[in-house]
Amino acid sequence: MKALMFGWEFPPHILGGLGTASYGLTKGMAMQPDMDITFVIPKPWGDEDQSFLKIIGSCNTPLVWKDVSPEKVRERFGKYMDPQDYYTLRDHIYSDFRYLNTNEFGTIEFSGRYPDNLLEEINNYSIVAGVIARSNNFDIIHSHDWLTYPAGLHAKTITGKPLVIHVHATDFDRSRGNVNPRVYAIEKDGMDNADHIITVSNLTRNIVIEKYHQDPKKVTTVHNAVEPLSPEIEAIQSKKGTKDKVITFLGRITMQKGPEYFVEAAARVLKKTDNVRFVMAGSGDMMNQMIRLAAQRNIADKFHFTGFLKGKQVYEMLKSSDVYVMPSVSEPFGISPLEAMQCGVPSIISKQSGCAEILTNAIKTDYWDIEYMADAMYSIITYPSMFEYLKEEGLKEVNEIKWEYAGQKVRKIYESVMK
Amino acid sequence: MKTICLYFQIHQPVRLKRYRFFDIGSDHYYYDDFSNEDILRGIADRSFLRANAMLLDLINAHNGKFKVAFSVSGAVLEQLEIYVPEAIDGLKELAQTGCVEFLSETYGHSLSCLYSEDEFKKQVEDHAEKIELLFGKKPKVFRNTELIYSDEIGDMVHRMGYKGMLTEGAKHLLGWKSPNYLYNSVSSPGLKLLLRNMKFSEDIMFRFSNYSWSDYPLTADKFINWINALPESEQLINLFMNYETLGSVQPADTGIFEFFKALPKFALDKAISFSTPSEVLNKLKPVDKISAPYPCSWSGEERDTSAWTGNTLQREALKKLYNIGERVMLCADRRIKQDWIYLQVSDHFRFMSTKYFPGPSVYSPYENAYDAFSNYMNVLSDFITRVNAQYPISIDNEELNALLTTIRNQENTIAKLESDLTKLKKKKAV
Repeated sequence: MKALMFGWEFPPHILGGLGTASYGLTKGMAMQPDMDITFVIPKPWGDEDQSFLKIIGSCNTPLVWKDVSPEKVRERFGKYMDPQDYYTLRDHIYSDFRYLNTNEFGTIEFSGRYPDNLLEEINNYSIVAGVIARSNNFDIIHSHDWLTYPAGLHAKTITGKPLVIHVHATDFDRSRGNVNPRVYAIEKDGMDNADHIITVSNLTRNIVIEKYHQDPKKVTTVHNAVEPLSPEIEAIQSKKGTKDKVITFLGRITMQKGPEYFVEAAARVLKKTDNVRFVMAGSGDMMNQMIRLAAQRNIADKFHFTGFLKGKQVYEMLKSSDVYVMPSVSEPFGISPLEAMQCGVPSIISKQSGCAEILTNAIKTDYWDIEYMADAMYSIITYPSMFEYLKEEGLKEVNEIKWEYAGQKVRKIYESVMK
Repeated sequence: MKTICLYFQIHQPVRLKRYRFFDIGSDHYYYDDFSNEDILRGIADRSFLRANAMLLDLINAHNGKFKVAFSVSGAVLEQLEIYVPEAIDGLKELAQTGCVEFLSETYGHSLSCLYSEDEFKKQVEDHAEKIELLFGKKPKVFRNTELIYSDEIGDMVHRMGYKGMLTEGAKHLLGWKSPNYLYNSVSSPGLKLLLRNMKFSEDIMFRFSNYSWSDYPLTADKFINWINALPESEQLINLFMNYETLGSVQPADTGIFEFFKALPKFALDKAISFSTPSEVLNKLKPVDKISAPYPCSWSGEERDTSAWTGNTLQREALKKLYNIGERVMLCADRRIKQDWIYLQVSDHFRFMSTKYFPGPSVYSPYENAYDAFSNYMNVLSDFITRVNAQYPISIDNEELNALLTTIRNQENTIAKLESDLTKLKKKKAV
């Protein structure tokens, strides 16, 4: 079976959880021997792992016919794809796109991030999808997150193949309810016209059914999973220099993640005990507000900010922690507590996050219940038996949450829509 | 007869390095040696060394009629000793002419006056000692960090035996009065106050090279004429500024050095003399009392302490810092003592100022106030851990102090008994 997937991020260059989930899912699906995946992203960097799928970059796909020599193509695109693919794609240009701002190869630039002109980039991405859909053979189309829904729909219209869309998040999660109408429109259009909708949790499934008015029969939950830690990451040692316990918040410091509840809970814990430090790792538009809040609560000497952490630093931080907290106000899934548990760090997660549906050996609290959250933090750092229990049982549990199983569920959905 | 009291502040912060959360507990060195050396070296080359030489020439050329005062913080002295010792040699040469007075201040250019009298006293004493050691004379006149002054601070300074203090001629202190007289403090009448002439000082400090200023270009001739045109009774003109004004704030190519070279000649021609603060205190009588219920400084449009204590971040950092003060006093560890001084340097708190938000504070090495705050708090947090590790936290400060005194006295007693013993033994032998 051949699948054409549209995504926005792919490791190692990722900005959020979407890239991690795309990677895990495709890798899990590739374990099925007859599965063949082509993955489209706006801008590959050339260092992506292409051993189990094929990556096509929108920025490397020609939209305007240009007479370029194979040497030049090899020089420019050799890092990203087989030069022959360039010519195959070029043979499938379906309209006159000279009005677009293309370069000498007839391709357009993509940032591959979330720029201010995101809507324009989404539109260009779906134009490119037309060329890619025409030049590839596949049985099913799979779009990851709202940015790629228009591209998936376009491919479906051209080829008539079934479209599955994968909802990693909705605008209701990102905005605490104040949705952007343009984003909502794109999301709704994608869901209305898809043959099937996959959500990453029942929480998201409910939002899709209630807020986007979808038929429950058309919506299936496939929970995310987590990649096993590589030996390289296993070898990372804790860098903790202090004797104090460390309680960590790790993620974007934005409204969706509920950072202020973490600060408030920290202030309560620090009233009771002194041998603990809090770390807020990451960056985001609420960071300065949080620094001020910590100062107002008089806990700034025990409350630390690390700024944005990347790659290995994330695991250094996790391994230096004694408790991981994710107080998200609305989290479609949330892979990071699973990663913390892999590192043997007990987690406290909000009931408003998707991963709470599948985890049993983590402490679950309402995001607004700072008293409960503080209580849980205090218990874990004070009672070694509780710490050990959550650590060991959590590790066992998380080792059983595999992408391979998620991949099998997706496969079943493919088969049902192709009937 | 009019007299000019010229005084320069020499201070540079001890900048902190990027100190991450991971460093807490494992790395106890907090300073950015590279940028501290780089910046100080740069300023010394552009300003201090040239200015030292120029002032020495002027003093020699005018047979001691040109006089000047300095206030040099301990923090900058220690850095100069390491990075630019020749700048200290220059100041020593100036000190030997007898026409230069060194003023007293807090060792760490700190805000201790607002938070802890004990710490304030200790720093002033340490600084006086350092100045005497380097320049041979104990300072007699006090100048607080950034000219911060209030009645309460005045009382503390007077209690320490100082007869005079320098501060800002701020509008909210003076009201309709002129800064060009000697005043005294309302709460401690024995303390005389020299008030900075804001306009004349800042004409040189800030406006000297400003093309859009209506009085540009400023010449020594013109400047002295302004002073000369003041009413006959206004006899004291206090020009207080940063030493960096010469060559760094106002680069050499603005003609700032030429301006200062010409200044004494034009002044003396008009029978305007130069005096050090001590001479002013001896010569003039205070005309009125000045009351300052709230602290003022020479900073900002408001001339208050809001540049250091204006927002929650700054107040939190200062509170956490001075909360540990009593404990630090009890410590004997030299590195802790040193870090304690450096962490009090007022500039750390200025970098946290949000007055210029969203941009960084003036001369701040940080991206913005929040960045400055997080970094400082990480450092402070490590420092607090070190201080608390010295003695068990369960013992409160008073008890600890008593115990430490006993221990120290024990040593003395043992030493005394031992010497008695040897004496007795000798006696016996005889």
